[in-house]
Amino acid sequence: MKSNPLEFRRKEGLKPSFRIFSYSGKRPKKGKSGKNNFPFLARSPQGFAAGLGTSNHFFRLEGVCGFMNLFLTQTINGLGLGSIYALVALGYSMVYGIVKLINFAHGDIIMVGSYMVMFIMTVMGMPLILAVIGSILFCALAGVLIQRVAYHRLLTHDAPRISLLITALGVSIFLQNLFQLLFGSEVRSMPTLFDLPAIQLGELHITSANILNIVVSVVMMIGLQTLVARTRIGKAMRATSEDAGAAKLMGINTNHTVAFTFAVGSGLAAVGAALYCNTYPQIKPTMGNLLGLKAFVAAVLGGIGSIPGAMLGGYILGVAESWTKNFYSNLTDAIVFGILIVMLLVKPSGLLGKNVKEKV
Amino acid sequence: MALLTVKDLNVFYGNIHAIKGISFEVNEGEIVTLIGANGAGKTSTLHAISGLLRPKSGSITFDGNNLVTTEAHKILRLGLAQVPEGRRIFASLTVMENLELGAYIRAKENLDADFEQIFARLPRLKERRKQLAGTLSGGEQQMLAIGRALMSKPKMLLLDEPSMGLSPLLVGEIFDIIKSVNQGGVTVLLNEQNAKKALEIANRAYVLETGSIAMSGEASALAQDEKVRQAYLGG
Repeated sequence: MKSNPLEFRRKEGLKPSFRIFSYSGKRPKKGKSGKNNFPFLARSPQGFAAGLGTSNHFFRLEGVCGFMNLFLTQTINGLGLGSIYALVALGYSMVYGIVKLINFAHGDIIMVGSYMVMFIMTVMGMPLILAVIGSILFCALAGVLIQRVAYHRLLTHDAPRISLLITALGVSIFLQNLFQLLFGSEVRSMPTLFDLPAIQLGELHITSANILNIVVSVVMMIGLQTLVARTRIGKAMRATSEDAGAAKLMGINTNHTVAFTFAVGSGLAAVGAALYCNTYPQIKPTMGNLLGLKAFVAAVLGGIGSIPGAMLGGYILGVAESWTKNFYSNLTDAIVFGILIVMLLVKPSGLLGKNVKEKV
Repeated sequence: MALLTVKDLNVFYGNIHAIKGISFEVNEGEIVTLIGANGAGKTSTLHAISGLLRPKSGSITFDGNNLVTTEAHKILRLGLAQVPEGRRIFASLTVMENLELGAYIRAKENLDADFEQIFARLPRLKERRKQLAGTLSGGEQQMLAIGRALMSKPKMLLLDEPSMGLSPLLVGEIFDIIKSVNQGGVTVLLNEQNAKKALEIANRAYVLETGSIAMSGEASALAQDEKVRQAYLGG
């Protein structure tokens, strides 16, 4: 539970606007914030209970409103969280699509990106925008470097898939330890990033972080979809993904195409990292573990290799997590991975994935 | 002067000696065919030429360039295109996108005239240009693979088993296309199991047997040869 981004928040007592997540009115046993200091949610639990329990019209109405409000709030929170999963899932999906590798080091790129944002802002004292751009560039470069150093020879020599997978795990452990060495293993607080106003829609309170997450992820997905569908390099990516040998016969430098894919995927993870830091301003070297795993689940859920699929998977996972957290937070991860298991049983290719025909 | 010269080529798959020191050449404007049974080494030879396989030793020279040290994606830029065995079109891309990828190395040129030319030669592709390539029939896929290779405006075309899996009628159609491509000035090296058809359109032929060249000569002469007739032409 410790590595769950939403959990530590309860303990740390951070910005009130984020504490929607740790809404504790439903969980008296945890009782830390026993008195509810969030007026916009104040009516929900009582109202909800009343709505279920009595036939009093006033309370029933109140209860439905409160429930709807809670439901919407948690859905938006879920979409905000899901946006981050989605951005990371895109990287998993793209890399898998082109070299059939589950790049388990991809989750750690979020960690690298987060530390880069922090480093550029607090140590180098640069403004936020440069920190974000710097972090994206650094991660894109790191992604290419990892591909070159760790995977390239395995891929060109047709190594067994298991070797690639284990190498990816090795890279993940390496990155985590490297950053522990560089920055220490303790949890670090991020400075405030995007200080935007929240939106109040009637009783519905939407944090700026959620809005930003959703908007940025949608823009990124559209951008990526356009890149893949319309540009020359996008066509090269699709060709390489389908048949690297035939792509070479078209004069495509598949090494460059693969490197480019890693760069874009890692860059997107860095965007996710910036959004993550903005939403949950605490980072540590192992933060990429669970985050990366969930993003991977999102990619599989949506259909690995599919860009809209990765996004859809991310949103579904985020919303499922947010809803569960509201009712019984101990079950959150069980639900998330339970969704994966059900999906694999029912439709192994994922929601938007295509059935892969084995080539003869 | 030969356009393509292969000399003492040796290719290994692990310990298996697939190509055992073969030498042959293709002159400009010719159709040359490599015939032989499954596993004779025809595809390995073509893959070595187009850079998908690295030979152990030997030299491959195309138009004055040493192909052995040239990366696969650069070989097309020298004017040598390949229509690979099994067609290997990009099934999840549209017919048009496949053709555009064929012209990948000509990114900055206007391709409209080329598309028209391809569609004039292969009218079936025009009807289906927005369809996913994977939904085409076998014959159409083969035409697409040829069209795709022609989009790079090659000097020479390598074709690997273009008749494989096609009905006799379509085989005839594909061979007519190859012939017309050659008449348009493109040199052709053709791998075929269908020796009868290949010898009909080729100028010269080499017979491959277990990695070595067993016979070579004018296609018309080989078609009359008793041994070739018995082994490859069904008596």
